[in-house]
Amino acid sequence: MAGETLTATSYIQHHLTNLTYGKLPEGYERQNADGSVEVLSQDTWTLAHTSQEASDMGFMAIHLDSMFWSVFLGFVFVLVFARVASRIHSGVPRGLQNFVEMAIDFIDKQVKDSFHHKNAMIAPMALTIFVWILLMNTMDLVPVDWLPHLATIVSGDPHFFFKVVPTTDPNVTLGMAFTVFGLMIYFTIAKKGFMGFVKELTLHPFHAEKWYINVILVPINFALESISWISKPISLGLRLFGNLYAGEMIFILIATMFSAGLVLGLFAGVLQWAWAVFHILVIVLQAFVFMVLTIVYMAMAHQVEEEDQFH
Amino acid sequence: MNINLTLIGQSIAFLFFIWFSYAFVWKAIRAAMDEREKQIADGLEAADRAGRDLELAQEKATKHLKEAKAEAAGIIESANKRANQIVDEAKEQARTEADRIKTAAQAEVEQEVNRAREQLRAQVATLALAGAEKVLEASVDEAKHKELLDKLAAQL
Repeated sequence: MAGETLTATSYIQHHLTNLTYGKLPEGYERQNADGSVEVLSQDTWTLAHTSQEASDMGFMAIHLDSMFWSVFLGFVFVLVFARVASRIHSGVPRGLQNFVEMAIDFIDKQVKDSFHHKNAMIAPMALTIFVWILLMNTMDLVPVDWLPHLATIVSGDPHFFFKVVPTTDPNVTLGMAFTVFGLMIYFTIAKKGFMGFVKELTLHPFHAEKWYINVILVPINFALESISWISKPISLGLRLFGNLYAGEMIFILIATMFSAGLVLGLFAGVLQWAWAVFHILVIVLQAFVFMVLTIVYMAMAHQVEEEDQFH
Repeated sequence: MNINLTLIGQSIAFLFFIWFSYAFVWKAIRAAMDEREKQIADGLEAADRAGRDLELAQEKATKHLKEAKAEAAGIIESANKRANQIVDEAKEQARTEADRIKTAAQAEVEQEVNRAREQLRAQVATLALAGAEKVLEASVDEAKHKELLDKLAAQL
């Protein structure tokens, strides 16, 4: 494949770098392909040529490949489903409608199992999460070199970075997880009021009858609750990222064997197939876990605890 | 593994897709599915009801049939009875008629006999008187001996 002129390390490095468009600061020393150094005279928005540049861009950068694939797959999801929804009928369902209804039914059942409050947003959110993450994860099953290689041919740049699995980008998974977190806070406040939210943070888990004991307990509670709250989106996002990143990494490691002779190449083919089969499980499971946890967090946000009614 | 603006981009995309699927996907599909569920439930219920109706109708039909059979049997029985009765009545009538005719005949015969006897008796008296007249050569006074002669005739 593309690896003949590359070492295994640089091959892996290349595969783990996103196509980053960002701002390089003034005075940044850019290394060109021919070895010359170019010093930037002003802040420059540009594509990163190396992974070093990508990380030097800091926060003011965007991963074009992650964004492209996640938005593209999101549109695949909404357009397919909206197409079915626009011509849906209550007669005998056929073809795609069957599939879509099966998905809807499955999600609806999951939501009804763990979410017992009235909120019409939760089920569509769960559907979006499940199908979208499933689609993004499924990109992992496309052999690791196909789309990046195609991208280098199309762009004409042999070092064109192109990561095709958005969920192996922590930005994507954490972005979704923090959105869930934001919605959680929003629904908590919407349901219990801002004071209810504050009470939830400060009067649990320890609570005393006397106010002067409570004064001591409040900071302890706040510390504990803050950690418990902030750990939710982080674990939610990192779980998905970690699973998919590890899976992707294994695919890349297997792919490095393709350039190491016929026997190892064949062996790598078998390995890749076996890992892909196993990975199907991970793909579905992680999408499912993300969805279920989101539903549970939303249910928690809507839950009015008994103690709150006394204060 | 740099955290950057992609995080925010993904959040916006996420919210957009949630909104989109809320507005254009979920409601319509769920509504259609609920409607179908209702249709199926209605259909099943109707089938159930039809089954029950059929059973009821069959029961009714069987009952009617049984009733009709019983009625027919009753009619046949009463007809038989009536026929027997008619035959019996006819027999009875015939017997009565025969008796009546026989009695009438007997009475007539008796009457005839009596009449004949009466005639005979009358004639016997005359004959005897004539005989006696012949014997006594008119010495007998008819008026004198009439009572005697009548007595004689009555003893015959």
